[in-house]
Amino acid sequence: MTNASSTTAAAIAPATVVAPLRSRGYWATVWLRLRRDKVSMGCAGLLLGLMLMALLAPWLAPHDPAQGVMSQRLAPIGTPGHWLGTDELGRDMLSRLMHGGRMSLVMGLLPVFIAFVVGTGLGVVAGFFGGWLNSVIMRTTDVFFAFPAVLLAIAISGALGAGFANAIISLTLVFIPPIARVAESITTSVRNLDFVDAARATGAGAFTLIRVHVLGNVLGPVFIYATSLVSVCMILAAGLSFLGLGVKPPVPEWGLMLNTLRQSIYLQPWVSVLPGLMIFITSLCFNLLSDGLRSAMDIKR
Amino acid sequence: MFAFIFKRILYAIPIALAVAAVCFSLVHLAPGDPLTAVIPADAPAEVVAAIKQAYGMDRPLVVQFGAWVQRALQGDLGLSVATGRPVMGDIALALGNTLLLAVAAAVIGFGGGIVLGTLAAFFNGRWIDKLATAIAITGVSVPHYWLGLVLVIVFSVQLDWLPSMGAGADGSGEWRWDWAHLQYLVLPAVTMCFIPMGIVTRTVRATVAEILNAEFVSALRARGLGALAITRHVAKNAAPTVLSVMGLQFGYLLGGSILVETVFSWPGTGFLLNTAIFQRDIPLLQGIILVLAMFFVALNLLVDVVQTLLDPRIKRS
Repeated sequence: MTNASSTTAAAIAPATVVAPLRSRGYWATVWLRLRRDKVSMGCAGLLLGLMLMALLAPWLAPHDPAQGVMSQRLAPIGTPGHWLGTDELGRDMLSRLMHGGRMSLVMGLLPVFIAFVVGTGLGVVAGFFGGWLNSVIMRTTDVFFAFPAVLLAIAISGALGAGFANAIISLTLVFIPPIARVAESITTSVRNLDFVDAARATGAGAFTLIRVHVLGNVLGPVFIYATSLVSVCMILAAGLSFLGLGVKPPVPEWGLMLNTLRQSIYLQPWVSVLPGLMIFITSLCFNLLSDGLRSAMDIKR
Repeated sequence: MFAFIFKRILYAIPIALAVAAVCFSLVHLAPGDPLTAVIPADAPAEVVAAIKQAYGMDRPLVVQFGAWVQRALQGDLGLSVATGRPVMGDIALALGNTLLLAVAAAVIGFGGGIVLGTLAAFFNGRWIDKLATAIAITGVSVPHYWLGLVLVIVFSVQLDWLPSMGAGADGSGEWRWDWAHLQYLVLPAVTMCFIPMGIVTRTVRATVAEILNAEFVSALRARGLGALAITRHVAKNAAPTVLSVMGLQFGYLLGGSILVETVFSWPGTGFLLNTAIFQRDIPLLQGIILVLAMFFVALNLLVDVVQTLLDPRIKRS
C-alpha cells in the first residue's frame, strides 16, 4: 500500500515541478533536445577528445614529458620532431600538454564533484528538516559567502601550503557553500508540495521521502548548477598552480607550465601561451556545454 | 523597509565576526608553528618562550582571538614576520593601488557590459545579440591571468606600446594622474575587465529582455512613447538587479586581483598576498585577507541596502 502510493507520487513528482510528463520520459527528452544542439554536441565531443588524450597520454605522447634536451630549449612551433616547440628545459611541448591535461582535468572536476556530493547532502538536510539544523548549516555557508571565491581558495591554499591535496581541499571548500545554498532552496520549495504531504500521510519516513521525492527533484537542477562551476574550478585550479600553490614541478600541469614559461615570453611568446590556450578551450567547452544542458532541461519554454 | 535595512545591518555584525574568526584560524591551519620563520631551529627554550610571548602566542586561543579583534578594530594588525614592520601600513598602501585598478576595470567592464547587454536585448537574435553573447561567454571562460600574458605579448613585446609591469617608471610607487603613470594601468585594467563585462552583459541582456516583454512596455509603446523614453523606463526597472550584480562583481575585482596583479607586478594587495604566501608571513596573509573580506562584507551590505531603497518591493528572509 505504502509502496504503491509512493511510486505513484514519484511518477507525478517531475510532472508537477519540472516538466509536463511525456510518454518518452523526462531525461530521454532532455537527451534528445541536447543531441539536436550542435554547439553542445561539438563541445561534448571536444571534451571527450581532451579526456581521451589525457587518459592515453603515456601511449600517445611522442616524447617523455619529463625528459628535456638542453641543446633544444625553447624551439619554436613547427620544429620537426617537436611540432608545438619545446619548453625552457627542452622538453617536448606537445607531450607535456597531453600529460598536463591529466592533472588539470582532475583538478577541475574532482573538487566540483566532491562539493556536489557534500553540498547537496548539506543543502537537502538543511532544507528538509528546517529549524535549528537549517540555521546552523545555512548560517555557516553565509560566512563563506562573505569571501570572494578566489580570495578564499588562495587564503586556504596559502595557509595550508602548496600541493595537490591542499589545492583540492581548498577548492572543494570554496564550492560547497554555493551548491548547498541552491540545494537548500529547491528542497525547501519541494518539501511542502502536495505529493510530499501525501507520501508523508501514507506513512513514508524521512529517509524515504528524501530518497524518493526530494532527491528526484533536487539532483537535476543542482547538477546543472554544478556543471556551470566546472569551468570556474578549472580556471581557479590552474590559477593556484600558476601561483605555485598547486602541484609541484616537474609534474606537467597547464597552470604550472604557464607559470614557468612566463619567463620566456620575450624569447618564444607563442609557445608560452599554449598551456593557457588549453585551459581556455577546456573551460569554454564546459561553459557552453553547461549552457546547452540548462536550456535542454528547461522544457517548460 | 527601514526595519529590513536595520536588520540587515545588524546581521552584518555576526558575519563580520565570523569572517574575522576564519581569518584568525588561518594561522592554525598552517602546518608547523607560525613562528618557525623567525625562530632558529636551535634556539634555546627560553628564547622561544620570549618570542612567543612577544607575539602573544603563549595565551589560550580564545584570548588571542579577542585581543586580535580588539587590536584590529584599532587598526593594528600586528607585525610582519618577514620585515618586522606593522602589517597595516603595507596593506593600506597596497589597498590604494588595488582600489585604483579595480575601479578602472569596473568602469570599463560595467560600461561595456551595460551597452552590450542593452543592445543585445533590443536587437534580440540579430548579429549584435550574437556578438554580445559570444563576448559574454568568452569573458567568463577565459583564464584572465593567461589573457594578461597574451596582452603583454601583443602590446609590450611585439608592438612595444605599453609597459608590461609595475605601476610607475620611477619605481617610487607613488601614483600621479599623468600618462607616464596611466599607461601602466591600461593592460592590467583591460585584463581584469573581461569577467565583470561578461557577467554584466549576460545580466543586463536577460533583465532588459524580460522587461521589454512586460505588458507595461507594450502599453508605453501603444501610447506612442519614443525609444528614448522607453529606455528610461526599462533602465529604472532593471537597475536593482543590475546594481546588485555589479556590486558583487566589484567585490570580486578587489578580492580576486591576485593573479592579475602577479602577472603585471602591480603593487596591490594581491601582489602583497603573493609575497606573504611565499615568505610564509602569516600575520601579513591574515591581515590582507581580513581587510579584503571586510570590504566585501561592507560592499554586500551596501548593495542590499541600495537595492531595498531602489525597490522597496524586495523582501528577503
